[in-house]
Amino acid sequence: MAISDRQLAGLKAVLFLFCLLPLARLGWGAWQDALGANPIETIQRGLGSWTLNFLLITLCITPLRRFSGWAWLGRLRRILGLYAFFYAALHFLSYLWLDQFFDWDAIGRDILKRPFITVGFAAFVLLIPLAATSNRLALRRLGGRRWQALHRAIYPIAIFGVIHYWWLVKRDVATPALYALAVLALLGLRALWRERERREQLAGKYAPQRPPQVRGRIIPIVSQRK
Amino acid sequence: MGTKRAEPNGNAPAQFASMIILPSEITPPQAYFDRRRFISAAGALALGGLLPATAIAQALPARKSPLSVLETPTPRDDIVNYGNFLEFASDKYGHVERSQAMAVRPWTVTVEGLVAKPRRFAIEDLLKLPLEERIYRHRCVEGWSMVVPWVGFPLAALLKQVEPLSSAKYVEFVSHADPAIMPNVRRQLLDWPYLEGLRLDEALHPLTLIAVGLYGEVLPKPNGAPLRLVVPWKYGYKSAKSVVAIRLVEREPRTVWMKAVPDEYGFYANVNPAVDHPRWSQKRERRIGEFFKRDTLPFNGYAEQVAQLYSGLDLRKFF
Repeated sequence: MAISDRQLAGLKAVLFLFCLLPLARLGWGAWQDALGANPIETIQRGLGSWTLNFLLITLCITPLRRFSGWAWLGRLRRILGLYAFFYAALHFLSYLWLDQFFDWDAIGRDILKRPFITVGFAAFVLLIPLAATSNRLALRRLGGRRWQALHRAIYPIAIFGVIHYWWLVKRDVATPALYALAVLALLGLRALWRERERREQLAGKYAPQRPPQVRGRIIPIVSQRK
Repeated sequence: MGTKRAEPNGNAPAQFASMIILPSEITPPQAYFDRRRFISAAGALALGGLLPATAIAQALPARKSPLSVLETPTPRDDIVNYGNFLEFASDKYGHVERSQAMAVRPWTVTVEGLVAKPRRFAIEDLLKLPLEERIYRHRCVEGWSMVVPWVGFPLAALLKQVEPLSSAKYVEFVSHADPAIMPNVRRQLLDWPYLEGLRLDEALHPLTLIAVGLYGEVLPKPNGAPLRLVVPWKYGYKSAKSVVAIRLVEREPRTVWMKAVPDEYGFYANVNPAVDHPRWSQKRERRIGEFFKRDTLPFNGYAEQVAQLYSGLDLRKFF
């Protein structure tokens, strides 16, 4: 199914607004005093959950595109990834502001001493360069290969995010386990594809046509001089 | 919430006033007069003449206790609707509805073990004991806190009736566990039933309370109806809910949390800002309803009354 540029633009606009709904719900809840006895905890947890959700949704794009063949799905990925960063930043801000009220001493100790905070913080820091290079200019400057290598950081980020959640719960790890399973499936699928491609390459499926026998030397097109 | 009772106000219908003294009438009125309460009070007043006598059967007469703190109690709504009742739910809200399935009448609690006169008490008999309102601080190990106006009697009053033997050194508290209505009991999230324990001297301390009520009424189910332990200088998880058995034993009980996560939840569980939980700091706490965190006090502010129980004990090791 192919769609026109205009349809895609419309879809992007709808998606953009849709992704604001979780935030709107929290905002409305805060306004209506409907976030329970501990609204700060509700806000912080909500923002954290949605960071993870957006990371997972972003990771779903490639498999969905491959299974459906809808290439335009890939063009929604940037919005989703940026929303993952957006919610992560708000989650971090809620920790700095609502939870710790800029008690830098306590925050510093938390980041160094509490493994679940360390790993969450690491995930957030790793997200920053991805958000910063999400634009077309950065892609051109970096070059496709390097850009792609950088953006594969989403794999460890997702793993760190789930560990962050897992380590913070008191006893019942059912929900973090669900997230872990989802990440495992999404990353496992990629590993599987990679492995299959590697085997196919070894089997010679993608081997270039044997060039006709030529005499003389092959001169590399790209200059090798330092 | 929503139960019809005489609300604190100067004009309570005369037939009620002669029957009971609500503890809410003797606690500072500003604690009660938030907007919602005022509205429900107005409603109760309007209906006052029509209320049948059974409508106030929920109220518990209680004496004001000098052991109460002077801080403003957390609103009843928050105390009832937020908390950990792990048998029913793993979050802090899910237990409220699910616990309504728990039948709290008839209810008995056996007091047994190393005692001269083991006994089984019916909840009705316990409600006849002289009750006190005790406004206590409550600090959860997770870092939030409340101020709770409990109604109850000292555990010592109960223990005296069964005459502990000299061999009794510890007291064990066993909570109700019913897989039919408790999802996390079905899942075996912990090694049920919930089991907690105190040293005998802690159990006999005048601050240690068996609570049967909250805000002048019988204890709501989400808070551990019909009776629960309250040990205000320890983290909340020590205060077992919906207790069915109290046993006097010789050895330190292996509590449900020590079996599950021994390095995080110790036997003593004294509130202590100087000893961090392995995963978070215990220096500060969020009082429910407040924006800024406040400093956590040693023994939750009860150091003067209880610190001597632990003289010579390394509180870092016996956390």
